[in-house]
Amino acid sequence: MIADALLLQLGYNATLVAIGATLLGLAAGAAGTFLFLRKRALVSDAISHATLPGVGLAFIVMVAMGGDGRNLLGLLAGSALSAWIGLLCLGWLVRRTRLAEDAAIGAVLSVFFGFGIVILTVIQTMSSGRQAGLESFLLGSTAGMLRADAAIIAIGGAIIVALIVLLRRPMTLVAFDADFAVAQGLPVARLDLAMMGLVMAVTVVGLKIVGLILIVALLIIPPVTARFWSERSDRVVLLSGLVGGLSGFVGAAVSASAPNLPTGPIIVLVSFAFFVASLLLAPGRGVLAEVLRHLRFRKRVHLRQGLLALAQGQPIYEPLTLRLLRRAGLARADGVATETGRARAAKALRDERRWQVVRGDQAYEAVAALYDGLRDIETVLTGDQIAEVDRVIGRPQGVPA
Amino acid sequence: MSGAEFVPISLPPLLIGIFAAVACALPGNFLLLRRQALIGDAISHVVLPGIVVAFLVTGVISTWPMMVGAAAAAIVAVVLIEAIRRLGRIEPGAAMGVVFTSMFAAGVLLLEQSDTSSVHLDVEHALYGNLESLIWLDATGWASLWDLDALAHLPPELPRMAITLVVVALFTTLFWRPLKLSTFDEGFARTLGLRTDLLGLALVIVAAVAAVAAFDAVGSIIVIAMFICPPAAARMMTNRLEHQVGWSVLFAVLSAVGGYVLAGYGPLWLGAQDAVSAAGMIATISGLILALTALFGPCRARSGAPQDA
Repeated sequence: MIADALLLQLGYNATLVAIGATLLGLAAGAAGTFLFLRKRALVSDAISHATLPGVGLAFIVMVAMGGDGRNLLGLLAGSALSAWIGLLCLGWLVRRTRLAEDAAIGAVLSVFFGFGIVILTVIQTMSSGRQAGLESFLLGSTAGMLRADAAIIAIGGAIIVALIVLLRRPMTLVAFDADFAVAQGLPVARLDLAMMGLVMAVTVVGLKIVGLILIVALLIIPPVTARFWSERSDRVVLLSGLVGGLSGFVGAAVSASAPNLPTGPIIVLVSFAFFVASLLLAPGRGVLAEVLRHLRFRKRVHLRQGLLALAQGQPIYEPLTLRLLRRAGLARADGVATETGRARAAKALRDERRWQVVRGDQAYEAVAALYDGLRDIETVLTGDQIAEVDRVIGRPQGVPA
Repeated sequence: MSGAEFVPISLPPLLIGIFAAVACALPGNFLLLRRQALIGDAISHVVLPGIVVAFLVTGVISTWPMMVGAAAAAIVAVVLIEAIRRLGRIEPGAAMGVVFTSMFAAGVLLLEQSDTSSVHLDVEHALYGNLESLIWLDATGWASLWDLDALAHLPPELPRMAITLVVVALFTTLFWRPLKLSTFDEGFARTLGLRTDLLGLALVIVAAVAAVAAFDAVGSIIVIAMFICPPAAARMMTNRLEHQVGWSVLFAVLSAVGGYVLAGYGPLWLGAQDAVSAAGMIATISGLILALTALFGPCRARSGAPQDA
């Protein structure tokens, strides 16, 4: 069943939804990255909640003008307008009053959402218009999606992606160093507004599929996921779009494969699964990589200290050190060094003495700064320099047994 | 309006609304100053999976398991946010966004998967609450307030919310000085030997308790609004914490009363027949109060900031 769904074999509606969700995820992931890099991820929460009054008011206006109020384009235009007003309120509160951004986000979010609910209850009491289903904008609903709806989502997604491609360089610059961008003469305030405008466009386009409460997830989770895999902003944008698109596609397919699997939550949970996998497995920034790095580091410290102890004829009590030495073939079970172990131990002790000389000599100041107790001295000094150091130390004097 | 009509129909929801608003606004003052204002938003989202799981485990809609489930979900969310922030080295806002949206999605999915059609449990209810339906059927008039038989049938949300308010108020008064110190100067508070980390956690837990209790009675939208709007409006009125808390309580009460009255009677004045959502109206009024204070409040500008910034 899921295989059928993934191959778009589940019929017309499911295919439309899958294509729409993929494009939406792609646009949301890419647009959300700039928001995330600018450390303003939660602004999207305020924007998405602020769409609700617009949806309701647009419905009322359309009914008043004689329609049945279900035109998706009209509803989306209304939601965009009220989200834009919410954004302006947010910006005004942050710039003109003493409120911090998080408080302003919360204020805009709750007030607009509350007002939206008031409007929804007004609509429920209206006699004209087919109001049933307006609540579906809260959590999205893909059942009965029309070809025209899918086209709106597809065109909207494509425009958003095109705008991101156009604006990516200035937006990256603003995200990383706003002050530098100002100094370069970039219109930072307007770029910020453009960034928010893109986020708003994603929210509006996503209302139909994932709904306004969960669209935030598509704007935040893919960028956070992508960030684990790369340190380069252009790749993060690309990866984030990929993660978002894939989540949208897989989520839509899974939700089409069985009843009672709402599309929006499934898409969010699929992207969350990508996030958890990245958190654990990503090379470099992932938890597993971090644990491995720590274990490797610990092994090096123990081996080094063990070798120094062997070289100076001191007994080793630490069981981990003994085990590591034995496994490396440097010592026997009773803690006595093997032939290789004695050679390596002598080398370790001599290196330690060399480092001592290096750190005591002003001429080697730059190299001495690299001393951390583990670094092999051959990696920082040339053969000639080591010979120089050895002349200061003198000849090898034999290892005490 | 006569007492015979007011006491059974309007008094309980009005009182519940006021208690809920004040119980959320009190910790909201400190959360606002600590830049943790969105904790209320996050908690009110993760409450949904908590109550759904509690329902699936116990099989009934009853208050205490749901409160426990919601509180457990709130704690899980706080721990998850902290873990993701530390393990993944992600900024707190984004970590919060990842956790609460995913948990909310899981809650919606669970709700759809389980057969809850026979019981009153749905997302809309969780969002708007049902303040208007909390009526006191046994009351006949003002005299019922002294009638023990009638008092026994008060909506259970009312005493629960009152107790929550008392707990929150007690926490705020008892820990007033440490809270104030650690909010404004955490480093100094630590040098005095205060456990600022424990205090911060306690504050979040008290906020979660208030949010869960209020959520049960009035829905999550009031919770989010009351955590932020009254304290934010109060912040525009004064530079002293004592006065700010006082103002925020006043604004919370004003929003609750004004919102309830406008939702119930406003449409009638305008000629419509039906009331609108009280929860949404209370949030709207609190937003209007915030807008007024942001425009005219005596302390609205950042001190030291240029006026035309």
